[in-house]
Amino acid sequence: MSRSTKKGPFVAYHLLEKVNRLNERRAKEPVKTWSRASTVIPDFVGHTFLVHNGKTHVRVFISEDMVGHKLGEFAPTRVFRGHSTVKKEEETKT
Amino acid sequence: MPRIAGVDIPQEKPIHISLRYIYGLGPKNSRDILKEADVDPQKRAKELSEDEVARIGTIIDRNYIVEGVLRRQIQQHISRLKDIGSYRGARHRRNLPVRGQRTRTNARTRKGPRKTVAGKKGVKELHG
Repeated sequence: MSRSTKKGPFVAYHLLEKVNRLNERRAKEPVKTWSRASTVIPDFVGHTFLVHNGKTHVRVFISEDMVGHKLGEFAPTRVFRGHSTVKKEEETKT
Repeated sequence: MPRIAGVDIPQEKPIHISLRYIYGLGPKNSRDILKEADVDPQKRAKELSEDEVARIGTIIDRNYIVEGVLRRQIQQHISRLKDIGSYRGARHRRNLPVRGQRTRTNARTRKGPRKTVAGKKGVKELHG
């Protein structure tokens, strides 16, 4: 179920404050954040975020199309490097 | 032979069924359209008068997105997800389920026919 419109989009308060301060000084600095659940709002467009993926911070540059998505959608938490080959598996068994 | 919304020529069936052969129209839309056009839903498609066909056609053209346009729109939405580098885009790119379903088993609709890997343990063995 989607979130009630009455509440508006969720953006972590500390993040909102930080971006507002940046916008006031017309500055563009990367914002380090752990708040993957925060929604991208139009004010974010053009800024760069460093979104935590559980290990490091992933650089995410916000474009207009990203509005409405959550920050976490752009910082994958899993790395899939492919399955081990059949040969390798047999070698480890013997 | 009736021809509605481009190339679709469903015949012999009641019109409310025939309309559903148009990509993008289901039971609900079909009923709504016929009500607006004031056409008997039980009438066979081939029995429709020219005028009735025209009325249905204009209503679809005006209010509904169907066929090629709809297909293109869906593709655009998917490519948007891919372009912005989102998780959902990545799942589309790899032909895996997009909405958080499990992939350990099932997910065959997205993944296609099973590709058996030699030496890999079956699901039953893994659980046991």
